[in-house]
Amino acid sequence: MAGRVLDLETPAWPDTYGEEARPRVGFFTDTSVCIGCKACEVACKEWNKVPEDNQGFSGESYDNSGELGADRWRHVAFIEQKLPVGVESGAPDDLVAEAARQNLLEQGLDPHRDEDGFRWLMSSDVCKHCTEAGCLDACPTGSIFRTEFGTVVVQEDICNGCGYCVVSCPFGVLDQREDDGRVWKCTLCYDRLQGDMEPACAQACPTDSIQFGELDELRERAAERVELLHERGRGEARLYGEDPDDGVGGFGAFFLLLDEPETYRLPPDPVVPTRYAGSVWKAAGAAAVTMVAGIAAGFLGRRG
Amino acid sequence: MSGDVHDSVSGEGTYVHGDRGKPRSREERMVPREQPTTYYGRPIVKPPVWKPEIPFYFFFGGLAGASAVLAAAATFAGRPALARRAWAGAFVGVTVSPVLLIKDLGKPSRFLNMLRVFKITSPMNVGAWILLANGGATTLAAGLNLLDEDRRAGAPEVLAAVLGAPLATYTAALVTHSAIPAWSEARTEMPFVFAASATASAAGAAMLTVPADEAEPARRLGVLAAVAEEGITALMHKRLGPLASSYEKGTAGKFQKAARACTLGGAAAFVAGDPHFPIPMSNRRRSLLSMAGGALLLAGSVCKRWSVFKAGFQSAEDPTQTVRAQRAQMNGDGGA
Repeated sequence: MAGRVLDLETPAWPDTYGEEARPRVGFFTDTSVCIGCKACEVACKEWNKVPEDNQGFSGESYDNSGELGADRWRHVAFIEQKLPVGVESGAPDDLVAEAARQNLLEQGLDPHRDEDGFRWLMSSDVCKHCTEAGCLDACPTGSIFRTEFGTVVVQEDICNGCGYCVVSCPFGVLDQREDDGRVWKCTLCYDRLQGDMEPACAQACPTDSIQFGELDELRERAAERVELLHERGRGEARLYGEDPDDGVGGFGAFFLLLDEPETYRLPPDPVVPTRYAGSVWKAAGAAAVTMVAGIAAGFLGRRG
Repeated sequence: MSGDVHDSVSGEGTYVHGDRGKPRSREERMVPREQPTTYYGRPIVKPPVWKPEIPFYFFFGGLAGASAVLAAAATFAGRPALARRAWAGAFVGVTVSPVLLIKDLGKPSRFLNMLRVFKITSPMNVGAWILLANGGATTLAAGLNLLDEDRRAGAPEVLAAVLGAPLATYTAALVTHSAIPAWSEARTEMPFVFAASATASAAGAAMLTVPADEAEPARRLGVLAAVAEEGITALMHKRLGPLASSYEKGTAGKFQKAARACTLGGAAAFVAGDPHFPIPMSNRRRSLLSMAGGALLLAGSVCKRWSVFKAGFQSAEDPTQTVRAQRAQMNGDGGA
């Protein structure tokens, strides 16, 4: 057990918790079985008393909630993908683009094939609870902390609404709530975890697209799942965020995707800003020294 | 992600992705899509939630920091009239700065929350401590110089100058230590741009009131800083490549052009207002020119910070910048 825990280590976990440290938990969101029911969005809002946010018609397929933010901690993305008329699946990219262009030129429309020429991707996005969390590193008050479960939580009575975490998150997860100016995000249902319950979204998910569990176990399960999908000819299936060697040290909440991450509004190669903090401070220091030297030099030479 | 997964995807990646973020004209839609895929054009990273107080804070923090260095140098060099004015500039800067920050946060206690901890991984936290320490030292030095006109430089002056330089440059670290591509990719040059802009504003503020016989160092520094700022900005944009468009287009671009015009105009006015400038002119006219130059440098510095501030929004709001920068990074790492 000790060896497995070490693999999943974060900068502030499990060491700082000593005996109180619990196994690191997270989500494995398998988008290949997501049916876009949004039960996760609703369950999250209900349990966490997240206020109402934008409602109405976005024109973006069945997505009416847009993206993660202060008042949306789970978000289901809907992506409609289609092949232009006259193209067989498996055709090279340039042929597809050319066919789409021809269709547009001739008809001024974007007609597409039905049946296997169309596919619908759905994915429930959430805070990634990064091993190296940009929001946590950037938080100037210590409001954002690492829990005994290895998750990342905003402590609301200390958050001062500075908004630095908002620009430090490579995934655009955190946002300011307009009425109180503070920042809110997924807590991975910290209160439920403390009561040995699974997070609301995972419990509500009817297809087990959202799987909750201990992170090492989830990673094993995910590796088996992606292998199975490859065997069944779904070569496009790939894991996203399961690798501890990525730019954020691996996600606590990772995904199985059926297309490139950016298709789902996910960054293809996220890097926590802290990784380049050295060069940031070096440049700031060098500029400060240069400024002092430059101003001192301004006093040399002839006296006027 | 392993190579074979990617390879197997390219065969499947033949779908035309739905990207209806913005309505397009028919002509635009006929162009083959070379844009990276996005989710309805929605941003990947969130744009800042910072209010207009923040770019003004960048300006006043820079003015305070560079003025403290200028003031200490003038005290050491035995130019009491210049020193007094620069200390006044520094004092104004450190007084206005926390007011702006608190206004952005909403209430004073929220500023105090930052002083619960010292956190080296957070430029915002480090900056709060720098501002606090520099504010104390600057206030003391400014007060002592006001009380004693012939005061020689001592510990408060040195401390104010030593903390003043990082006060002027940490705000650059604050924006480059972020997930916004046009900011973070500019991390090498941005502090130098801020240092130059801060120096120009400090020289500009001093030139508004300094008597001609002590003006020379401020004049020289104003010109030097203006030229340096333009030079480093050009380098930065060149190295940023396509990301530079965030600084050159839209509102950021307008501020950028205004900053350049004001900064170079201010420097030119300083040169023309110099008593050694070969064109004959009345002293009054020279002094007016110098004052106008000072005002232009101050305006240029404000515009510069607004340009950088707005560029961050524009970069964040364009998801293709995030994707392109990260794809380039992946390929640069050996094409994982």
